[in-house]
Amino acid sequence: MLKKMLRLILSMAVVGLMAGSAFAAAPIKIGALFSVSGPASFLGEPERNTAEMMVTEINKAGGIKGQKLVLIVYDTQADATKAVQAANKLIKDDKVVAIIGPSTTGDTMAVIPVVEKAGIPLVSCAAGIKITEPTKKWVFKTAQNDALAVARIFDYLKKKKISKIAILTVSDGFGSSGREQLVFQAGKFGIQIISDETYGPKDTDMTAQLTKIRGGAAQAIVCWGTNPGPAVVARNVKQLGMKLPLFMSHGVSSMKFIELAGDAAEGIILPSGRVVVANQLPKNDPQKKALLNYVENYKKHYNVEGDHFGGHAYDAIMLIKGAIERGSDSPAAIRDQLEKTEKFAGIGGTFQYSPQDHAGLTSDAFVLVQIKNKGWTLLK
Amino acid sequence: MTKEKREILIFFIFTLAVLITPFFLQGSYFLNVLVFIGINTMLAVGLNLLLGYAGQISLGHAAFFGLGAYISGILTTRFGLDPWFALVIAAVANGALAFVIGFPILKLKGHYLAMATLGFGIIMFIIFNETVAVTGGPSGLSGIPNIQISSLIFDNDLRNYYLIWIITLLVMLFSINLSHSRIGRALRAIADSEVAARVLGVNARVLKVQIFTVSAVISAIAGSLYAHTMTFISPASFGFNFSIELVTMVIIGGLGSIYGSFLGAAILTILPEFLRVLRDFDIIVYGLLLIIMTMYMPGGLISGLTRIAEFIVGKIKSRGARHA
Repeated sequence: MLKKMLRLILSMAVVGLMAGSAFAAAPIKIGALFSVSGPASFLGEPERNTAEMMVTEINKAGGIKGQKLVLIVYDTQADATKAVQAANKLIKDDKVVAIIGPSTTGDTMAVIPVVEKAGIPLVSCAAGIKITEPTKKWVFKTAQNDALAVARIFDYLKKKKISKIAILTVSDGFGSSGREQLVFQAGKFGIQIISDETYGPKDTDMTAQLTKIRGGAAQAIVCWGTNPGPAVVARNVKQLGMKLPLFMSHGVSSMKFIELAGDAAEGIILPSGRVVVANQLPKNDPQKKALLNYVENYKKHYNVEGDHFGGHAYDAIMLIKGAIERGSDSPAAIRDQLEKTEKFAGIGGTFQYSPQDHAGLTSDAFVLVQIKNKGWTLLK
Repeated sequence: MTKEKREILIFFIFTLAVLITPFFLQGSYFLNVLVFIGINTMLAVGLNLLLGYAGQISLGHAAFFGLGAYISGILTTRFGLDPWFALVIAAVANGALAFVIGFPILKLKGHYLAMATLGFGIIMFIIFNETVAVTGGPSGLSGIPNIQISSLIFDNDLRNYYLIWIITLLVMLFSINLSHSRIGRALRAIADSEVAARVLGVNARVLKVQIFTVSAVISAIAGSLYAHTMTFISPASFGFNFSIELVTMVIIGGLGSIYGSFLGAAILTILPEFLRVLRDFDIIVYGLLLIIMTMYMPGGLISGLTRIAEFIVGKIKSRGARHA
């Protein structure tokens, strides 16, 4: 009996040692799905750049517990079919231990069944509330919920005693999810939606919708979309000489929007991640260090300002890094440790995951900013 | 060997190849790619009946594909229907729609027909996108159940492979038979000259609508199967781009060849997978390859490959002759 036990322990130790040494040498493979080309490339490109930059930085600093990271990026082109094929390839061919992305809610919803079945942790960079509600075992996300952004705007409107608004949303995943939240939360804040207009993602003139809004009794306009649509809205509002305050979503919190809208951008208020106003944050802000570090680093690598969207990929990589450091590099261990993430101050906010909450952020992940002199000002 | 026997032999070999392929691909993601090739083959074969045989263009076939997927997806998720039953309803509904719009649309010819079908595709895409309460809108419809036969659930790549490919083979067999029938000959006559065909007593108007309907039904079946294997659908997969991709598959593969449609679907599905290594340049190389293929193989891959094979065989024969 004793002999048997001894033999068992010995053989287990040998296997353990072999496995241990094999793992120490082997790099950790992390997969990434971003919509680098196609209609959502404004998300995918900064995300890919950021993820690659972070992996280079981590490896330069010695990797994770001595193991190098390898990042394998595939382009989904914002197409659900391609996203599923790429996810399958990452899991079955490349044998990654975790996946970051996809960039859009649609792509994410498409790959969820794949990762859930394979048991690979997924840290999505998309914002849709459906991704983590209801909570799925293997799925996390880093982008702030639209619900939080809407709450920030409505909170501000309430303070300014504006109760009648017009909404103008784009008919894509981002816009329809935003519209849903705007309509859903309005009652809670005592806000009445006077007119509810939409525009197509490729429309180049929104004067028709705006003229209709001008005819109503709205006291403010809330526009929900990603570039370039909202820039057209801003310019149209100015051309029509409308004096209503204009609010935008976090979908345009990048320098690109100010570039596109030009003078018409002045005075627009929007909820945004802290990344665009990193310099103006008070010293005791827990995210300040990570933000400044990220902005500087991104500028050094790519010669443009790091934005909010790239930040989602930063957070995803760092969350996975943290999880591997605390546990091991097996998919199941990464998942378990991700769920135990506490007070991780990243770019999108301070993350706190739990078995019930795989989104991890509260409404303070957003700040309100106003565009002034072609730059961002933190609104107190 | 008679032509008929040769045809049967080719189909038999093809079927055998399809059935044994998974044994060489155990656990590989490539099996998943082959599932999509099966779905695309079905679509390309369906479109080929219209485009390759009857000579009528459709730039809106992604809409039929999408409609099949959405009808099936909505009926199973919201009304709890059995996927098989939903598939049948999707096919019938698509057929009825194609039949109704076929009469006015197929009166048009050439560019005008292209425009009308293009318009149909765009209208359907807008409906998928905007009717958020029904289709789930741009962020898609999730939680679609897998197809099930009693206790056998088609929830992994291997099972889906056999499900999709057996139906694809049936669609191919049906199409091959159709193309060799009186209807097939009549369709080819319409493609060559509609006036001449009508003079010879072919009811061109009805026949064109019928083949349009058949093509739409095949697309609906493919759409329904797509929805149940992906378990998620979103409008982006059924846009104008995909309609163009389908036309490209048929043309690259070879107009009026069922196996050509398979080749076209296979190439256009696999090529992006291999080109991933080129990273940002993949789209450029992809485009270039398509241009080269159409330039040097104007009759499609199927006739191009046959010509190459004949050329090689000819070389070997002439060499043999010289040696003798």
